[in-house]
Amino acid sequence: MRRFSGFAVAREAMRAHKGWGRQWDSPEPRSSYDVIIVGAGGHGLATAYYLAKEHGITNVAVLEKGWLGGGNTGRNTTIIRSNYLYDESAGLYDHAVKLWEGLSQDLNYNVMYSPRGVMMLAHNVHDEQVLKRHIHANRLNGVDNEWLTPEQAGEYCPPLNISKGARYPVTGAALQRRGGTARHDAVAWGYARAASARGVHVIENCAVTGIRRSGNGQVTGVETTRGFIGAKKVGVVAAGHTSVLMEMADVRMPLESFPLQALVSEPVKPCFPCVVMSNSVHAYISQSDKGELVIGAGTDQYTSYSQTGGLHILKDTLEAICEMFPVFTRMKMLRSWGGIVDVTPDRSPIIARTPVPGLYVNCGWGTGGFKATPGSGHVFAHTIANDNPHPINEGFTLERFTTGRLIDEAAAAAVAH
Amino acid sequence: MLLIHCPYCEEARPEIEFRHAGEAHIARPADIASLTDEEFSRFFFYRDNPKGITFERWRHLHGCARFFNAARDTVTDKFLVTYPAGEAKPDLVEAANENAKGAT
Repeated sequence: MRRFSGFAVAREAMRAHKGWGRQWDSPEPRSSYDVIIVGAGGHGLATAYYLAKEHGITNVAVLEKGWLGGGNTGRNTTIIRSNYLYDESAGLYDHAVKLWEGLSQDLNYNVMYSPRGVMMLAHNVHDEQVLKRHIHANRLNGVDNEWLTPEQAGEYCPPLNISKGARYPVTGAALQRRGGTARHDAVAWGYARAASARGVHVIENCAVTGIRRSGNGQVTGVETTRGFIGAKKVGVVAAGHTSVLMEMADVRMPLESFPLQALVSEPVKPCFPCVVMSNSVHAYISQSDKGELVIGAGTDQYTSYSQTGGLHILKDTLEAICEMFPVFTRMKMLRSWGGIVDVTPDRSPIIARTPVPGLYVNCGWGTGGFKATPGSGHVFAHTIANDNPHPINEGFTLERFTTGRLIDEAAAAAVAH
Repeated sequence: MLLIHCPYCEEARPEIEFRHAGEAHIARPADIASLTDEEFSRFFFYRDNPKGITFERWRHLHGCARFFNAARDTVTDKFLVTYPAGEAKPDLVEAANENAKGAT
């Protein structure tokens, strides 16, 4: 792999950029691997990268039924934050934020992490109490979060309508300055490139159709559209399709898959300096470096694998956006799309061993998994390598739905689910 | 937006009149206190989540306000049949034929 550097850019500029070459290999699958990761999204590729980097396990394949980063990794609104209520969540998501901070250097790939601040709006007394509770809980966990008055919120985000007569009056806001955005595609590409450089096989267009097990139940490999591939350990990181894959190993999951939509506007000059989220009216918005406003909507109410959602969901979100940011009422929307998110009963992920020996699962990220990509891959790699969870993901087990020790971010999450 | 046929109103109405109410045909255990943690967990948290035909509950909230069940394909989001709560799972081959007749 050719390293990116100022010198390399200058050298390539002298020869019409013909020397960059492929950024990652596209190998034929071997007959078997030490570890197979199912799903080449951000979380899966990060898992493979950290398996190679931190645990020296390089005989790894990442199998992808479509193309690299073509699922929710390429469909999300790229928001990064760690202001979750509970200790376990704060630990997990802040672990990720700390990795985001050095990720471009670590991968030698610019993931465009931009800590431009995530501001969550309060519109009424209830919102204020909830957000202040979050601020206090976050500070106790060493996660930065601060309270802003409406005037301070307006100063931080000038397009925001803070007038008293607004349809959704702003009564204050919680600001996490370390929160922000990153370039979602670059995250998938950067991890794929760095993992490939360490010997990991990234194999696209290779759908897993079955999980093979020996007599005692131990995983021995996966059936794919490109034939059987053996593996000592299999990690399923398949987002909305996790239930379908786990069913192949007779493991029933506490998951439901819902459509989640997002949309972008036509590109305009820089006008929106941060990320703004509003729980009460369910809208979140930021501006990409290309200039598009990136807007996230809510999930549809029914389970689906169709990767499309109802237009009224987008309409509701846009109505709220226009009320809060009247400057955008004449903006044209360019594209909208849907992804399939796997939602757990307590809205926290599952990063754990399963009842099947050799089978591991990283799922349940629901409507907000992108922000956790580096942390998720890091602790999941630890879990697979040691057959034991990292202290950070100890609580994110499947068993919590039996013991009752839930990590109940359902009421605590930043946006209504 | 889905167009949903309410089996009580006998009319197809837009989705915004309805509330999805989760997987159908889950019987609440008669003596819930006697369940083991494992059994309770299966009843309470675990769901089929199929890629294909799902059986689900809907409520016609802004219409007759009654609950009913539906069979829907989660890949196409097309309804195969809706039927009143309390009825057994329908024969889907027959439902598909009925649908085909309705379409012609």
